[in-house]
Amino acid sequence: MTEPTIYELSSAGRKGFTFAEPDVPAFPLPDEFIRKDLPLPELSELDVVRHFTHLSQKNYSIDSGFYPLGSCTMKYNPRINEVVARLNGFAQVHPLQPIETVQGSLVVMYMLQEALKEISGFPAISLQPAAGAHGELVGVLIMRAYHLSHGDAKRKKILLPDSAHGTNPASSSMAGFEAVHLPSDARGNVDLAKLKELCDDTIAGLMLTNPNTLGLFDEHVLEVIDIVHKAGGLVYGDGANLNALLGITRPGDLGFDILHINLHKTFSTPHGGGGPGSGPLAVAEHLADFLPDPLVDIIDPGDEETPPLYGFIHPKKSIGRIKSFHGHFGIIVRALTYILMQGAEGLRDVSEMAVLNANYLMALLKGSYHLPYDRDCMHEFVLEGVWPEAPDIHALDVAKRLMDYGLHPPTNYFPLIVNEALMIEPTESESKQTLDYFADAMRKIAKEAHEQPELLHEAPHATPVGRLDEVKAAKDLVLCCWRPEE
Amino acid sequence: MFTPHTDGERQEMLKAIGKKNVAELFNVIPEAFRFPEIELPDSLSEMEALQQFSEWAEANNACGDMSCFLGAGAYHHYIPAAVDFLLHRGDFFTAYTPYQPEISQGTLQAIFEFQSLIINLTGMEVANASHYDGATAAAEACVSAYHHFRGTRSKFVLSPLLNPQYRETVRTYFGLLEDAQIVEPENSDSDSLSALIDDQTALVMVQYPDFLGNIMDWSSLTRTAHEKGALVAVCANPIALGMLKPPAEFGADFVLGEGQPLGIPMSFGGPYLGFFAARKELVRKISGRIVGETVDKDGRRGYVLTLTAREQHIRREKATSNICSNQGLMALAATIYMSLLGKSGLRKVAELCYQKAHYAADLIKRIKGYRLVNDHPFFHEFVIECPTAVSAINEHLLEHGIIGGLDLEKHYPSMKNCMLIAVTEMNSKAEIETFAEILAEVAHD
Repeated sequence: MTEPTIYELSSAGRKGFTFAEPDVPAFPLPDEFIRKDLPLPELSELDVVRHFTHLSQKNYSIDSGFYPLGSCTMKYNPRINEVVARLNGFAQVHPLQPIETVQGSLVVMYMLQEALKEISGFPAISLQPAAGAHGELVGVLIMRAYHLSHGDAKRKKILLPDSAHGTNPASSSMAGFEAVHLPSDARGNVDLAKLKELCDDTIAGLMLTNPNTLGLFDEHVLEVIDIVHKAGGLVYGDGANLNALLGITRPGDLGFDILHINLHKTFSTPHGGGGPGSGPLAVAEHLADFLPDPLVDIIDPGDEETPPLYGFIHPKKSIGRIKSFHGHFGIIVRALTYILMQGAEGLRDVSEMAVLNANYLMALLKGSYHLPYDRDCMHEFVLEGVWPEAPDIHALDVAKRLMDYGLHPPTNYFPLIVNEALMIEPTESESKQTLDYFADAMRKIAKEAHEQPELLHEAPHATPVGRLDEVKAAKDLVLCCWRPEE
Repeated sequence: MFTPHTDGERQEMLKAIGKKNVAELFNVIPEAFRFPEIELPDSLSEMEALQQFSEWAEANNACGDMSCFLGAGAYHHYIPAAVDFLLHRGDFFTAYTPYQPEISQGTLQAIFEFQSLIINLTGMEVANASHYDGATAAAEACVSAYHHFRGTRSKFVLSPLLNPQYRETVRTYFGLLEDAQIVEPENSDSDSLSALIDDQTALVMVQYPDFLGNIMDWSSLTRTAHEKGALVAVCANPIALGMLKPPAEFGADFVLGEGQPLGIPMSFGGPYLGFFAARKELVRKISGRIVGETVDKDGRRGYVLTLTAREQHIRREKATSNICSNQGLMALAATIYMSLLGKSGLRKVAELCYQKAHYAADLIKRIKGYRLVNDHPFFHEFVIECPTAVSAINEHLLEHGIIGGLDLEKHYPSMKNCMLIAVTEMNSKAEIETFAEILAEVAHD
């Protein structure tokens, strides 16, 4: 059923919320600045509650079912995180309050900095970036600042493997770099010969997603890092896929110079229908002075009677501020809750079960779908959603048909190096029963693709709307439900 | 924790993939760096975690327990109960970005409604799904203008009364681009800013009300900018727009700002909400996700992410921005907030802020030693020159359970002893009077 918009539901004169009359005397309004009309809808509280309840019912979510979106890490979002983030002492704190009045928030930030440093193997970190792509932008700005600080202005290229995370090219060009594409070899690793050929004194660095978007850990990672370092470049790690590595290995130990971490993937904070995320950025010692301003530290160690005082510090050669205030505190507190509940052993179990789940699903599916890189995967793997015997069926059709089985489709058409890619990341949250159900549905769809292709072409059948006309949306460009007549 | 696997299931799964144990799955990791010792505190149960975090939360002095007169970019407003109850619905907060529209119509329609509300609040023609916050929305306005002129104009004029943190963010985004020039003059008036606009200027950005609370008319600045071929961005407070003329009436090309006042808790600085609106002609130059209305194959109305050819996942290095995750849930909070308050409620809360701020300013300026600095109409923030250092006054206020205003000298060295005071509907008359009394005490000390 079509849900009316808030403007269609509006009824002139209706009110959804009332404020008390002012308890202060009235001052004259600045007439020349007062708007003639405020064209907002007029609804009751029940209208609003029902409307948004209806909308929520049109969404698929982790709470309603399996969400195997590759490189998105749709794991369970523990409810305690939500309770903690809404504690009055956290939610009702102004970001510019004197530090003496916000020691609780600062200790949470400090604790998360320390925990993420330990997990990732880096000595310094900033919690400021607002999302993964924001962390990437900060990372490449740091790369540029680092080279410039050595008087090296000619390093203007960044190498991007074709198996890298999707936002890397745009992040590089925003910071003024030229993106240079680096191919993968037949086993899904960085092509070493090509890397050596491209590495010269114009290379600022390499952005490596490891495990990459094929779900594969690069078999020559140490050599790759060494080649880039010898050419004077830096190695940026895209931490979108860190969920495979908790307690398994530490990117800092492997020699990466920079790593961003997605709290909304690896550390269980909710995706919220497209954010808010949080993308802390960790760096090696030689880059610590360039981190964005400010960081949290102990500014007075205290003594037996006085507890330590936490406050903000300003890195010496900081690239500067990259957003308002101090990062997404509400997300930071959720991530720390998760980490402290897991402990070191729990985190290793998370990665182990994420990788076990992916390999198990891959084993169940590789007979029915072509697996272009057939080796042990990490937390995700990529299949092809196409068969030579069913040439009219595409990955998109498989994806849409999965919805009829009550499942969210995998990421499709990414990575670009796999034809008709279906990128599957089950996460550690899912039980064997759920994986078996998914595999069963996938196998049935493979069969349908051969025997009843129209079922796939017309899918989905059981959703609030069918396939939508995206061409019309871009051509007609209706971006607003209602505007007053001119 | 949060892994459902029983020992038996682990064994069955290992058998299916032909491995003896889980460790074998990680043979690809260089041995010297495999399975490092990670030192973290012992794991906590949910009860213990709640207890620990409650202690930390209580170590803060929350605004709810004090009187707060601090603003400067984040504001203490009342959040109606229904907002958080609706945000708590798992179907909203545990969903991903709506890349599969058939099973994401809830999120998509909510974003479409958010765009509609922002369009009507600002008077503009198009709006996107959000940016991270006001500061990054400001930076993205510069990025959009830079792309609009394809590098032929790369000078950005920022009013000194644009939030200092926003200016810093723009500088960081552009600081390392050799051809970009950021100009931040000393004077903020329309004539001074106009004088700086030349044929190299891509964008001029002003704030409304400005960082010191002043309400200014930007029509003549916009006229000059347009005559010289430059664009104008207005950074606006969304609550102020409940009563003030929308920036579209001044001729703004972009209207952006911090959406936190629209039903989002202060949460020590985030997550917040950058809103961003533009004129229709610029829709292909702006960044961020945009939702459009369309129909499905049976003609039923539905919504999709549209104009994705601008975005990083399609256009790669030629995209208008790298933004991917944005502030979906915060945009939903603002949508619910604006739907609840509606036409009369948003006007009402704006007027409450205005009236209470003017009552406070009126009381304080009568105290010997204090002077109201603003000589223009102001909204809910104003500047008071104090008889002594703002830091000393704030310490004294804190002893009485009051969080004082921002010390402006940190950002504007010439504004010695000047305090930026914010008043919202949350400040009662009695609170304002106590605030004034304590200021009077300090003056006499």
